[in-house]
Amino acid sequence: MTAATAAFGAKGDASPYLDDVVKKFVLASIFWGVIGFIAGDYIAWQLAFPALNLDLEWTTFGRLRPIHTNAVIFAFGGNALIGTSFYVVQRTCRADLFGGRGLSNFVFWGFQALIVMAATSYLLGGSQGREYAELEWWLDLILTVIWVAYLIVFAGTLMKRKEPHIYVANWFYMSFILTIAMLHLGNNLALPVALFGGESWWKSYSLFGGVQDAMTQWWYGHNAVGFFLTAGFLAMMYYFVPKRAERPVYSYRLSIVHFWALIFLYIWAGPHHLHYTALPDWAQTLGMTFSIMLWMPSWGGMINGLMTLSGAWDKLRTDPVMRFLVTSVAFYGMSTFEGPMMSIKAVNSLSHYTDWTVGHVHSGALGWVAFVTFGSLYYLVPKLWGRKEVYSLKLVGTHFWVATIGVVLYITAMWISGIMQGLMWRAYDSMGFLQYSFIETVEAMHPYYVIRAVGGLLFILGSLVMVYNLYRTIKGDIREEVAMGSAQTARG
Amino acid sequence: MAHIEKDSVSGQMTTGHEWDGIKELNTPLPKWWVWVFWATVIWSIGYWVVMPTWPTISDYSRGMLNYSSRANLGDDLKAQQASRAKFTAMLAATPLEEVSKNKDLLNFALTGGKIAFGENCSACHAAGGVGVAGAYPTLADDEWIWGGTLADIQQTISHGVRNEDPDSRQSEMPVFGTGDPLDKAQLDQLADYVVSLAAKAPAAGSPGEAIFVERCSACHAEDGSGTAALGAPALNNNLWLWKANAKQSNKDVVLAQVTAPKHGSMPTWAGRLDAATIKMLAIYVHSLGGGK
Repeated sequence: MTAATAAFGAKGDASPYLDDVVKKFVLASIFWGVIGFIAGDYIAWQLAFPALNLDLEWTTFGRLRPIHTNAVIFAFGGNALIGTSFYVVQRTCRADLFGGRGLSNFVFWGFQALIVMAATSYLLGGSQGREYAELEWWLDLILTVIWVAYLIVFAGTLMKRKEPHIYVANWFYMSFILTIAMLHLGNNLALPVALFGGESWWKSYSLFGGVQDAMTQWWYGHNAVGFFLTAGFLAMMYYFVPKRAERPVYSYRLSIVHFWALIFLYIWAGPHHLHYTALPDWAQTLGMTFSIMLWMPSWGGMINGLMTLSGAWDKLRTDPVMRFLVTSVAFYGMSTFEGPMMSIKAVNSLSHYTDWTVGHVHSGALGWVAFVTFGSLYYLVPKLWGRKEVYSLKLVGTHFWVATIGVVLYITAMWISGIMQGLMWRAYDSMGFLQYSFIETVEAMHPYYVIRAVGGLLFILGSLVMVYNLYRTIKGDIREEVAMGSAQTARG
Repeated sequence: MAHIEKDSVSGQMTTGHEWDGIKELNTPLPKWWVWVFWATVIWSIGYWVVMPTWPTISDYSRGMLNYSSRANLGDDLKAQQASRAKFTAMLAATPLEEVSKNKDLLNFALTGGKIAFGENCSACHAAGGVGVAGAYPTLADDEWIWGGTLADIQQTISHGVRNEDPDSRQSEMPVFGTGDPLDKAQLDQLADYVVSLAAKAPAAGSPGEAIFVERCSACHAEDGSGTAALGAPALNNNLWLWKANAKQSNKDVVLAQVTAPKHGSMPTWAGRLDAATIKMLAIYVHSLGGGK
């Protein structure tokens, strides 16, 4: 506890902050994370061996895929973001949560109830059919109420801060909360069919049609990546990396410039999801050029994350938690280079609709989002439960390597499969006929689907090691082990 | 609280802010970062000048290159057609039966037929036309429900089987055993006889034979060899369209088809594929193993 925070908490040893709700978010994030990873790997095996869909409507790819994506993005990632934002905003503002226990717990329980209802809805076939926005209209409304409550807690805490300035992590959290609210409301403008004589009150259709509808969806879809999976997790990075490294943030100026450049440019890049479609050429041009201009603003976060380690690089050798955080920033840099590259129309004509896209998303989702979350959780759990350190840093190291091998298998398999798929689709023979029929390309992908599913399995195993490690940490155990880095020398 | 200090590791000054122990250095923006950013901006501006970019009320800026992805697609499609034009024209001018006399043309038709089959037919008839037991007939043997000459195959592909197309193949296997025509014992005798036919050892003189001749032979022929014009398959062989797996006995398959007949259907392709493609498909299917 710094002098500043000690001064705020005039209650002796007890933390002045509301941390019970943060603990709940942390546990929920871990719980949904494991479920989301398992759902993802199960459907990965289904793609390799379709009989695994068990010929039951509830276990088909179409129903389980939104469960996987929503569980990992919104349940795992969302709980991690809300939980860490509550932790970070209190400490960097020297203020406890606005609205107190009541409102923050409403956000927690409301969000968990929504997750359960959403999963049930998808399992039973209730979906808007919009990627990452599958929630039907009535679930959208429930989410809106919860999100507004979240905004009130976060913004209220910022407003009653005792620090003169707002820390950069909070800018990113705030942009995430506000933009997701705007995207959610814009993309989910829909009308229940029952208003027009339809039978079901559960079902609705979009207010938009045709290419406008597609554009609205990808304005949402791309910016969900931008503001949920990028801005939100950059906020985590901006708190947990300097905290764990015990170093000052590399550049205040860079943080300002790249923040504003990132949020200004990101919002226009959505059309690159609709290259070579009915979307007008001018919109495709804008989507592509804004994506390319986005490259350096994205990398600003990577530079600030990596360079914050200058003076503490040795920690990479001794601290596997730091390794998670730094590797996540490296994956972030790779994905945010790959993204602008794939937005170039010539590249996109090969990569679009192939597994390359799936690989790209997962290098971001597994390598960046999940790794920065794991690193933050390993830092956060001992702090929240008042332990000196995690139960075993060795096991953190094990988790790191198992998960990293899993991610590398995943993305390399998808690169190869995706580029092969794209090349096979466009191959013509000397007589002017397509060289391969679609089913031949599917057959060719099979081995890579198996490798991808194995990679996913390793990722799950790693996360189970984390569950055990954090469980023992919360229990208060500390494993007797030689510190990393010194271990090699000690054992000769 | 603003306490600016020098960071001993980097030599940079801090900004003087501190949050929960986190300080910030006042490091200037990395030069290369700024330059690459401006490079992407300048490149984008250049791209906007040459490509369609800015929407106006009712139109958009065309750009100096006058690029249009729609026009490009049209050009690509035309170029693709042009690359096949010589043989496509030759194929159109050659009667179906005579294509095989020109080796190059035959090669062209088989290649085009193979890919068209893969994209359009293999979803039901499976890769190489081996069919799906119990559902879709194999095309890779010399048994044909609707005839196996080139012309028969072309007709079946063009108009399909039992669909809304007035020219599609139509026929219906009547239902036996519901109410009159045959009682259970007779059905049993009939099924035994059909099974013996399939085993190529017809039980001559059996009561089943009499029923078969009376009830079935009009379509399936007295020797069970079938009538292609009526889509009545041959019964005097061991090929079973409606037998989904080896566990089902032949007799059960016959009984099921006599009492509750299944009727396969196939879509019409004439409106979806051009005449040249259908011709190539007919030649390819004919070549799969059993064209007549």
